[in-house]
Amino acid sequence: MIKRILTVLTASLLASLVNAAGGEVHLDHMSPDAHDKVSLQKGLRTYMDNCAGCHSLGFARYNRVAKDLDIPEEIFMENIVFSEEARFGDLMKFAMSEQDGKKWFGAAPPDLTNVTRVRGVDWVYTYLRSFYKDESRPYGVNNAVFKDVGMPHVLLGLQGLCADKPHASEGAEYDPLTGHEIAEEGCTSYAVEGSQSSEEFDETVYDLVNFLNYMGEPYQNDRKRLGWFVFAFLTILLVPSVLLQRELHKDIH
Amino acid sequence: MSNKNFKPAWLDWIDRRLPVSNAYEKHMSKYYAPKNFNWWYVFGLLAMIVFVNQLLTGIWLTMSYVPSAAEAFNSVEYIMRDVEMGWLLRYMHSTGASFFFLTVYLHMFRGVMYGSYQKPRELIWVFGMFVYLVMMAEGFMGYVLPWGQTSFWGAQVIISLFGAIPVIGEGLQEWIRGDFLISGITLNRFFALHVIALPLVLALLVVLHVLALHEVGSNNPDGIDIKKHVDEKGVPLDGVPFHPYFTVGKLPQVVLFLFVFCGVIFFMPEGGGYFLEHPNFEMANALKTPEHIAPTWYYGAFYSILRAIDFPIFFIEAKLGGFMAMGGAIAILFVLPWLDRSPVRSWRYKGWMSKVAIITFAIAFAMLTYLGGQPVTALNGILAKIGTVIYFAFFLLMPWYTKIEKTKPVPERVPE
Repeated sequence: MIKRILTVLTASLLASLVNAAGGEVHLDHMSPDAHDKVSLQKGLRTYMDNCAGCHSLGFARYNRVAKDLDIPEEIFMENIVFSEEARFGDLMKFAMSEQDGKKWFGAAPPDLTNVTRVRGVDWVYTYLRSFYKDESRPYGVNNAVFKDVGMPHVLLGLQGLCADKPHASEGAEYDPLTGHEIAEEGCTSYAVEGSQSSEEFDETVYDLVNFLNYMGEPYQNDRKRLGWFVFAFLTILLVPSVLLQRELHKDIH
Repeated sequence: MSNKNFKPAWLDWIDRRLPVSNAYEKHMSKYYAPKNFNWWYVFGLLAMIVFVNQLLTGIWLTMSYVPSAAEAFNSVEYIMRDVEMGWLLRYMHSTGASFFFLTVYLHMFRGVMYGSYQKPRELIWVFGMFVYLVMMAEGFMGYVLPWGQTSFWGAQVIISLFGAIPVIGEGLQEWIRGDFLISGITLNRFFALHVIALPLVLALLVVLHVLALHEVGSNNPDGIDIKKHVDEKGVPLDGVPFHPYFTVGKLPQVVLFLFVFCGVIFFMPEGGGYFLEHPNFEMANALKTPEHIAPTWYYGAFYSILRAIDFPIFFIEAKLGGFMAMGGAIAILFVLPWLDRSPVRSWRYKGWMSKVAIITFAIAFAMLTYLGGQPVTALNGILAKIGTVIYFAFFLLMPWYTKIEKTKPVPERVPE
């Protein structure tokens, strides 16, 4: 009986290990830095040039972003805001109706204000760098992280188009057609050349995701700074409270 | 300390009309708590602090929150981004929810270790269990309010559990939702219950819990009855006034707790996805089921027990069986005072069987809590079943093992 239980336990343990190894896509790590204003500004630029056509940042306001990223109102309104009607205090909602989105891409492009909080920065960072050529898809591209995604490769002009599937599942995987191992280290051969080198493109995406991470929690620097003040206050409070406790404990025999 | 009467005139005026000084003495300055209290005894106070935190931050959140299916999610983001310090209020409230359960779990475990539920403190335990039960409802309904994906689908899972009840199940679900599916109507009634009805009940139950405690007096780690040995004024020899010894005297522990609490609020408000779950930053969408729906961590143990029954028991189908097991797991906690047949209270004087039982139970409960947030795999399924058996065995075998084991004699007075 015990032998049988042990067998079942071992078998299921092995099964869960195998399960953990397969299926999960390897995600490249990135550490966002909400203090790096230059990076955030570059990310905002990339966002407005390439993403804002479809994806709103509907919970954020222009003026908050301008203030947090140290961009003067005039420059911001002239260079960043492309809608004529938009005012400085408006929410960053960009026009594309849900119906249009569904018609063009199969699914309405989601609002991206909180995308890093839903998916995590690593996921977004890897996803944006993982498009590859796949003629079976409507836009001729597929994504290694988000299989059969409706979104076209918007950054193709910068990155170029990867010929093979990058960022394969962890552990060895082989292309069923060509038979060679799929590279884990990004793209090896390009079907279309882009204007940026691989390193430059990684940096562009880093800045973009860094900006989106800021978007998810625009107050994150304030939060942490306030946290240290609270810790300092508690540390000071600890001193008299310990002294009081000692004084009181003298009475208890 | 002098006994001279320095009572100011205004207080005297009030005291003749309302027993303020009397109540203060009864519950604070002349409520005698055992002097051998250890750090386990701080969690009741901490739970109270978190409760007040929930009430206050809740009031301010309500000022900007909009309870409608169309606006709820937006209004939470509005609170986080546009309301001055709104993010702090929201994180204090969301972190507070998890810490309320954390402190209450430790508070309950203290009661189990030292047999605080035993005669004459049965009612304290029962009131406490009602507090816990209402907290579970309160936490569940509160989690629906942000109207994110976890809110929606979590509610879907929990409400559908009632569908397992034969005959009335289907109608009961509709009655809870107020609609044929989870909708703005459900959201609105959960808002009413979360913000008004349940907090009122909770506050009342906490008052009853404390009144019942102050009637019989606090237990202690040795389970000694300190009221047996009193001085000529009737003051327990092993007791010290609750105030200031366990109010001001517990300040360092309170500050240390605040370090942890504020550490989460300011440096990891999502609690690694356990306090604020990632899919909940996406608006509720009835057409898009998230890949992995897990209840908040504090329901994990009961959710595991529910899922552990994945086989029919005689004529009872698995779904109903799981529901009954979960309900039974909560219900059995209420009768704990009548299951313990030991002549001693504290595990310090109980036999080895009780000690092993309590430790095994704690491990099983922690494991079930963890498994509740994990997807079901073959291994997890087996572990959840083992945990469930241990959970019920702890209670159902208690009348037996507490009766037959050899206990140590309890000292008359609190040891120095």
